[in-house]
Amino acid sequence: MDQAVFLFEILLPALMQGLVVTLQLIACSAPFGLALGIAVAVGRQYGNPVVSWLCKTFVFLIKGTPLLLLLFILYFGLPSIGITFTAFVASVVGFILCNGAYNAEYIRGALISIKDGQMVAAQALGMTRWQAIRSVILPQALRRAIPGLSNEFIYLIKYSSLAYMITVIELSGAGKLVATKYFTYTESFAAVGIVYLVLVSITTVAVNILEKRVAVPGTTRATAAAQL
Amino acid sequence: MDVLPVLIEWLPYLLSGVASTLGLVLVALVLGLLLGLPMALGQVYGSRPVRWVIGIYVWFFRGLPILVLLFLFWFGIFPAIGLGNLSAFVVGAIVLGLRGAAYQSQIFRGAIQSVGEGQMIAARSLGMSRTTAIRSVILPQAMRIALPGWSNEYPNILTDSAVCYAIGVVELLTITSRMVTQTNVMMPVYLTAAGIFIILNYGGLKVLHRLEARIAIPGFGTGAM
Amino acid sequence: MNSNNVVLKVEDIRKSFGENEVLRGVSFDVRRGETKVFIGPSGTGKSTLLRCINQLTPPDRGKVWLDGEEVTNSGARINYFRQKIGMVFQNFFLFDHLTALKNVELALLKVRGMGKAEAREKALTELRQVGMEDWADHYPAELSGGQAQRVSIARALAMDPDVILFDEPTSALDPELTREVLEVMKKLAREGMTMLVVTHEMGFACSVANEVLFMENGVVAEQGSPDLLLHDPRFTRMKDFIGRIDSRMED
Repeated sequence: MDQAVFLFEILLPALMQGLVVTLQLIACSAPFGLALGIAVAVGRQYGNPVVSWLCKTFVFLIKGTPLLLLLFILYFGLPSIGITFTAFVASVVGFILCNGAYNAEYIRGALISIKDGQMVAAQALGMTRWQAIRSVILPQALRRAIPGLSNEFIYLIKYSSLAYMITVIELSGAGKLVATKYFTYTESFAAVGIVYLVLVSITTVAVNILEKRVAVPGTTRATAAAQL
Repeated sequence: MDVLPVLIEWLPYLLSGVASTLGLVLVALVLGLLLGLPMALGQVYGSRPVRWVIGIYVWFFRGLPILVLLFLFWFGIFPAIGLGNLSAFVVGAIVLGLRGAAYQSQIFRGAIQSVGEGQMIAARSLGMSRTTAIRSVILPQAMRIALPGWSNEYPNILTDSAVCYAIGVVELLTITSRMVTQTNVMMPVYLTAAGIFIILNYGGLKVLHRLEARIAIPGFGTGAM
Repeated sequence: MNSNNVVLKVEDIRKSFGENEVLRGVSFDVRRGETKVFIGPSGTGKSTLLRCINQLTPPDRGKVWLDGEEVTNSGARINYFRQKIGMVFQNFFLFDHLTALKNVELALLKVRGMGKAEAREKALTELRQVGMEDWADHYPAELSGGQAQRVSIARALAMDPDVILFDEPTSALDPELTREVLEVMKKLAREGMTMLVVTHEMGFACSVANEVLFMENGVVAEQGSPDLLLHDPRFTRMKDFIGRIDSRMED
């Protein structure tokens, strides 16, 4: 078959369909992953001992387990105890848990880096602890956590490909199906790769813009000073 | 259904899976180091074309999902260049290593660049050539600075090793999967596998942290000149 | 060119950083055993001048000769010349990953190719010279500023240099620690080491220097023996400068 025909009439349409699914997976996972990360980080740092322990254990377990195994548990394992997810839902749940756990670590690091004085000052003004966290601590912490959070988001884009392993036909899955059907392995996967590279690059640029726009004047990262 | 006898019966297979997994991780770490360190040196001290080429390599291997890299090399690239006979384990190890090199080169690069400029100045003022200075003064310090970041590569490679399941490498996840289909025991098996991964993960990190502590130098890494 | 004991000859050094011309033609000779001190306002290129001598900062124009051989434009031979030109830095720049002893040994082993036992002997000797032999096995982070600077002097001495360049060696030190370093430097001067020192320590300059060079605007504005510059009414700029320092210190 003619290369051009293959490319435009078979491969590209298939990849675009897969891309749509990938974007859906990411769109469903990212917001909740962020929310979970904030909740777990705050719970660990400011919650009572039980909550704090639960958050700590949650992160410990999720970080120690390969995502693919987690997906298997959610999709193949849970039905045996009565919980059945569709492949898409299982994927999203897995991504939220994984993304949430890693986000929690970045946010926790950022929370710790906020000086105690901020909380003290807020409480001296009459705010409750939770008000202080919401209005004073978190806004600063989240800005500091942007590099880490965006790093995790890029990982999310990439590990969304694992949804294929539990039968979701997202971008990589679409590529593989075309490759196996038409024996065009290198071309198909190279095309898939290019799409991911484009996605990742766009995200990197967008994050840089975001970082600059929400930065508090005077707190830009110190330029690497000549260490003399 | 009685779970314990099943687990005991399959223990040897699980252990062989663990061995495979650790083998993959080890090769990936070593390959990553052997390729990553020269790449880091190239990016810090090399000419512009060199930096450019390395930059592309890093961008490519970090930008693609590990699944896609595995598919690309296993189904596409290696057969196309006549290496179609390589076993899945070898391909998996190579791909993990190439990717690890991309990540590790950035860790080493950051570490090399964070060694104070004064160290190079002092070394050269004593008459050392640039190569000697890099080897005897910069690298020993950079490697120590890089160790924590490098240790963090371990969990990543461990997680990625599980994805090698996709190209048929017989590591721990593959064996777990077979065990589930053949014994029909699900959650207990999956949870056991998760438990093993967790032990491998944190156990490995503990070993690495102990290594860090043993080669630590008093006051080093506090920015002292 | 190796006449009358001139160890170091510096001719018409010029250096600009972008638009800023920091050195505008500096020339002088240094005889064996001499101690020359450079003083002047900050930013007049004194440190840059020292770095132009051992080519850590290559000058835009000008030449440097060590014992008759040209140091500028010497290509790879610069490493050879750097062995003979020692340098001590304001921030010491000790090798953080090595003990004091190993700091002094390193160049002996790697650059001069000495055997281990010989290098160790020599390193201990130099540490003894600066009074730091009891600290041989300590790491830089465990030393005070004054101790670290003394080790860095030992490190430079170990190479048996023809001349040592001191780049504001005590500027980063507290006053109490400054004394111990200046004592070592005075001792070296007494023993006949050829030294070029950039410093703000006027007491040191006046008691030890054979010649003081006052630099301003990238050139040597006044030069002469300390006595001359301080007491001869023709030399005003250095006295002005010192006066300014003194009045600032009195505030």
